[in-house]
Amino acid sequence: MLPTEQLKIVIVGHVDHGKSTFVGRLFHDTGSLPEGKLEQLQRIAERRGVPFEWANLMDALQSERDQNITIDTAQIWFHTPKRQYVIIDAPGHKEFLKNMVTGAANAEAALLLIDAHEGVQENSRRHGYLLNLLGIRQIAVLVNKMDLADYSQARFDAVETEYRAWLKTIGVEPKVFIPIAAKHGDNIASPSPNTPWWTGPTVVQTLDEFRVAEPPKDQPLRFPIQDVYRFDERRILGGRVESGRIRVGDRLVFSPGNKTSTVKTIERWNAPSHDEALAGESIGITLTEQVFVERGAVSARETEPPYELSRFQARVFWLGKQPFRKGRRYRLKLATQEADCEIESIEKVIDASTLAAVQRANGEIYVARHEVAELTLRTRKPVAFDAISEIVPTGRFVIVDGFDVAGGGIIPAADYPRRTVGGDQKSENIFWSHGKVTHDHRARRNGHPGCVIWLTGLSGAGKSTIATELERELFNLGKHAYVLDGDNVRHGLNSDLGFSPRDRKENIRRVGEVAKLFADAGVICITAFISPYQENRDLVREMLPPGRFIEVFVNAPLAVCEQRDVKGLYARSRANEVKEFTGVSAPYEPPLAPEVELRTDQLRVAECVTRILDHLHLHDLDTEVMI
Amino acid sequence: MDYLSKLENQSIYIFREAFNKFEHLAMLWSIGKDSTVLLWLARKAFFGHVPFPLVHVDTTYKIPSMIEYRDRLCREWNLQLVVGRNEAALREGRTFPNGRATRVECCGLLKKDALKTVLDQHGFNGVIVGVRRDEEPTRAKERYFSPRDKNMEWNVEDQPPELWDQFKTDFDKGAHIRIHPLLHWTELNVWEYIERENIPVIPLYFANERGERYRSLGCFPCTSPISSQARTVREIIEELRHTRTPERAGRAQDKESEDAFEKLRRDGYM
Ligand SMILES: Nc1nc2c(ncn2[C@@H]2O[C@H](COP(=O)(O)OP(=O)(O)OP(=O)(O)O)[C@@H](O)[C@H]2O)c(=O)[nH]1
Ligand SMILES: [Mg+2]
Repeated sequence: MLPTEQLKIVIVGHVDHGKSTFVGRLFHDTGSLPEGKLEQLQRIAERRGVPFEWANLMDALQSERDQNITIDTAQIWFHTPKRQYVIIDAPGHKEFLKNMVTGAANAEAALLLIDAHEGVQENSRRHGYLLNLLGIRQIAVLVNKMDLADYSQARFDAVETEYRAWLKTIGVEPKVFIPIAAKHGDNIASPSPNTPWWTGPTVVQTLDEFRVAEPPKDQPLRFPIQDVYRFDERRILGGRVESGRIRVGDRLVFSPGNKTSTVKTIERWNAPSHDEALAGESIGITLTEQVFVERGAVSARETEPPYELSRFQARVFWLGKQPFRKGRRYRLKLATQEADCEIESIEKVIDASTLAAVQRANGEIYVARHEVAELTLRTRKPVAFDAISEIVPTGRFVIVDGFDVAGGGIIPAADYPRRTVGGDQKSENIFWSHGKVTHDHRARRNGHPGCVIWLTGLSGAGKSTIATELERELFNLGKHAYVLDGDNVRHGLNSDLGFSPRDRKENIRRVGEVAKLFADAGVICITAFISPYQENRDLVREMLPPGRFIEVFVNAPLAVCEQRDVKGLYARSRANEVKEFTGVSAPYEPPLAPEVELRTDQLRVAECVTRILDHLHLHDLDTEVMI
Repeated sequence: MDYLSKLENQSIYIFREAFNKFEHLAMLWSIGKDSTVLLWLARKAFFGHVPFPLVHVDTTYKIPSMIEYRDRLCREWNLQLVVGRNEAALREGRTFPNGRATRVECCGLLKKDALKTVLDQHGFNGVIVGVRRDEEPTRAKERYFSPRDKNMEWNVEDQPPELWDQFKTDFDKGAHIRIHPLLHWTELNVWEYIERENIPVIPLYFANERGERYRSLGCFPCTSPISSQARTVREIIEELRHTRTPERAGRAQDKESEDAFEKLRRDGYM
């Protein structure tokens, strides 16, 4: 029969305890070696004048063969009649722990090897600890090199007793301990005559007893947005359902930010259309009401939202060359979210091979490479997350230091409030200081560079409404935004100006200068002025660096504006009470090439705001400064 | 969820990460089964679109029907194609078929160096490549997001950690990242997926009247067909389920010396 499922299994344990040898032998003993492979490996060993090693099947790099050590994790496939296996060989040397983690993080089950002769070693314990932290619950322990211990049951029992006790302290229940000799194939694919006292399973039998992990489709929905696509008329939110299920008609809340909308369609390509997607599926959705959401937002059912906080406790393992320390800025990646973060406090640093608290000579506290810590993290903006015990994919994260992923962490359950209380948290979050403040520094601190969003259009077209709504939206997204409103400026800064073409030009020039200063200070400055002349608008455009002036044409037909007549100005101008009123007794020059055009007679305010935000997003105000 | 769907969903996830993270993204397209499946998965990820150019490194020694097939697919699927060639080496005849380079040197010149030129010319900093871990042992050690420095070198002894689908997307100027959405597929999986999705593949993979078919497609001087009776996708799947011959057995350049291929890959070969 053909295998129809696949299980990923990692081989871990202390250096030289025989992991790669085991994999080579497993392949040989199950008839899975490619034709000619054994002969090729034997030939190479002969040519190099070194003894043949089964480990060379996996240790393919010259540097690995030269030193008889595994440096990087590798994967290889084989199958039993029951299923296909991906065997992930991991290095045992402490130096290559990041590669062990890379291999193990991918696995659903693990075989941990211990050399019977050498006994339980530092990395036997550390690997056990890390497997647990990485969420691997299915573990079998292979007591290897039984040939070097005379296939002694007493020795096997002693190793088992010692290691079982260790696993117990870290809360791990292994499936089984099996005595093997990888080099000779004892108890791998068939029971060995050398261990007549062993009545338990072979390794292959044990493999078949592990269970294949299924994505958690019965948990609360978590659908983190990976990207927003506009390839055609559809606006598709792409992502993978990390847990639960999502259906057409579901009312969703997007965190952080608390926006809500309803699933209109579930999008797939060249697949049967289906109104539901389950955990594990990479899909897209469209929404009935357009709300501004971007990569990073986690969508959930309104009744079961994730936490949304900027401070939480975590258990972190560190792989970085530089220690993880307070006062330094890092980047946290959780599902598709990214946030700058820093350590607020370190509660405990432990050696994962002894569980002992790490004591440093000068009493300094930091997390060095290969250590594990319990600490409190603080992010610059709120992140949406869950406790690992509730939902795994949103309960863990990695820490990026500079260019590199330098650590990983899980978030244990705690007594967190379900929703944030906006304002307070924000002010607590400002905690970086820099020496000389450059444009770039500001952009980095703010998470975006400054710019001017210039709304132009007839009186009553909706400029101020859109401006204030946009401002609030940006503010909620953690951006620094400020509205310069025409009416307000005319009360103060420009109280000496009238409405002649010359005064209008001076009005715009001054506003332009002010807006420029705001932008330079790192703010997204939104202006709402009729600004009827193209020439004057271009004047402001030229004051700003390329790409930092975004001209938005707020366009509604005169008749519509006149009908709205919020301030009663149209009526008064028709009655000749207001002179030089744009659209009536003064010209309005529509923008020639605005960055954004909004037909406010056709779009709702929220849609207008979304379009502007989309434009900003496309131009990547966010990532541009992260380089 | 069945395992082909798991593989597919994972690949789509990687495609979308790459597209989000790299402004100058391209995809290598060698016309073989893997890159065709890759292309299909890109269309899955982007709802029928392929939102980046394809790069074909043309050694001029490809089997002619491969080029015809390439051009037809470009028209039908509306693809943007960039062709890269090492004109200097070709002009000067520094190739294996000309007897002026070893097989491995020839691969280095016509593929690796040609690739570097295209990347430099177009400023691509993310390159999607259809390599799989089960193809050969150094690829078994690859990452989904695998950095290459400004000389295209692969520092295999110090690769970034990769866990929980968080990838290396930050890097120094001049470096680029190879993205491998098919890394976790096997040759058999690829054919099973071709069958499931009904993906058109080049007929060279099917047995001809002489009872020969290509299992892996490369340049004709260095690629030989295998003897096979498999004339349909189904028959290929059956054949693969029972064979123990490695996939690249027909690729001569892999076997020049024990570590020739490893060196080539460290230097930036796919
Ligand atoms: N006598 C004996 N030697 C063994 C056995 N299994 C492995 N070895 C030897 O132990 C040495 C180390 O084996 P490897 O398979 O390279 O060990 P590893 O655990 O993969 O090492 P790293 O990956 O570097 O951590 C080799 O010389 C093997 O031949 C065994 O069952 N009996
Ligand atoms: Mg090893």
